[in-house]
Amino acid sequence: MNAGPVKRDSSLSVVDIGLRLDRLIAKPPVTEDAAELLALGEEILQHWVVAKGQEPTQDRREGFRLLALHRQGANKDPSFNACRETCRELVYHYNLVTQQADHPDAGQRARMMAWVANHLYLFIAGKMETQELGDFCCASRPLRERVDGEMPAQ
Amino acid sequence: MSDTNVKPGEKKSGMEKYGEVAYYPGCALEGSGHAYNRSTKALGSALGLKIKEVDNWNCCGAMEVKNIDPKIQTYLSSRVMSIAANKMNMDVVMAPCNGCYHNLKKAEYDLANDEKSAEVVDRLSKKAGHETYQAGQVETIHALDWVKETIGEEGLKERVKNSLKGIKIANYYGCMYTRPRHIFPEKDAGPGSESTSKPHFMDDLLEAAGAENVDFPLKTACCGGAHTLSDSDTSTRLVANILQTAEASGAEVIATECPTCHSGLEMHQIRAEKVLGIKTSVKIIYFTQLLGMAIGLKPKKVGLHENISDSFGFVKEKGLA
Repeated sequence: MNAGPVKRDSSLSVVDIGLRLDRLIAKPPVTEDAAELLALGEEILQHWVVAKGQEPTQDRREGFRLLALHRQGANKDPSFNACRETCRELVYHYNLVTQQADHPDAGQRARMMAWVANHLYLFIAGKMETQELGDFCCASRPLRERVDGEMPAQ
Repeated sequence: MSDTNVKPGEKKSGMEKYGEVAYYPGCALEGSGHAYNRSTKALGSALGLKIKEVDNWNCCGAMEVKNIDPKIQTYLSSRVMSIAANKMNMDVVMAPCNGCYHNLKKAEYDLANDEKSAEVVDRLSKKAGHETYQAGQVETIHALDWVKETIGEEGLKERVKNSLKGIKIANYYGCMYTRPRHIFPEKDAGPGSESTSKPHFMDDLLEAAGAENVDFPLKTACCGGAHTLSDSDTSTRLVANILQTAEASGAEVIATECPTCHSGLEMHQIRAEKVLGIKTSVKIIYFTQLLGMAIGLKPKKVGLHENISDSFGFVKEKGLA
């Protein structure tokens, strides 16, 4: 399927993507959220590509910009392929949800899509944090400080 | 038994080829993953399969060596295969750990396709005083392949004493079992083969033992295992998401086939509750433990007491103990 994500006027920050996903998961998500979930997947991939100093591609692979962005992000960074199947699951669920919107499992599929999108977000945000890219380090500081204060040193 | 005509990626099949294999447990199975070691041996024995542990085996090179010098990792893995082929005269090495399995397959690929890797391996092997491993001397398989190819679903069905009926399972393969795809060409060989995008061997075996597999979309997602010490927060978040997704998909159990993934899921399940306030109750059990109990082995025989998480109450409730 040739998919088009939701158009956004401005990109969300890495932290805001996480907060938006948290809200969608808590809602819980419905079939109408599929396009936004796909778009959030593209946005977090864009952050990764930009953090590596590249211009995010507008190309599509197999009909999806998300897959083209993943490929761009994995270029010369094979460990990034650890999220390849997560990206493909996101696309798979997008197709399931949008092409069979009346299916009895459509709601459950939308919920699963949200968890998959969240995994992609966590993987990339964590990777950016580890490599000290983007704005995730500052955002995670409160959590880290709380952990350091509460947990025994490792 | 050694067959030097085996090509990398060639898939053998059947009890006659996999009924007796060289066993490479790797470091994790002697430590945090000992329950996997115990259950793999117990399951194999109960199924009539034979293993010969690789003599004087060494680390496969894991992540640490590979990150510093991939060719040293290739050598370390090749030494394990050299011992199996040249000293033990075996032609199949079975590695239950995803990391070991991945590294042996990667070494096999590199030796067949990269002249420089072959040169380094030859030089280091001579220096270490053992025969140089030649690509294709052994076939490396995973514990899943071992059970699937020798006993298979029909064989398991015949042996089930305590059906896993009524147990909803999310099968978690981790990211190393299928990645990168080019070192596992046999996995995408069409009908009957495994799949790198949607692996199913564990699903098939557990379903044959009566389990109900749920649609779990994070089968091969990263659990953050490589960062579990250097960046625990990332690992905890990734694991929490896997556990929550499994529960949202209706699973009571996550079946595992990798010691790093397994202990990561167990440890970060506890940490997620303490640090993030995310409480999950899904059980984390090796597929070898589940199959072992299904064919009548006692929980202790398959090392359930060696898991970090406590699933004794659960298995008792389900009639497996």
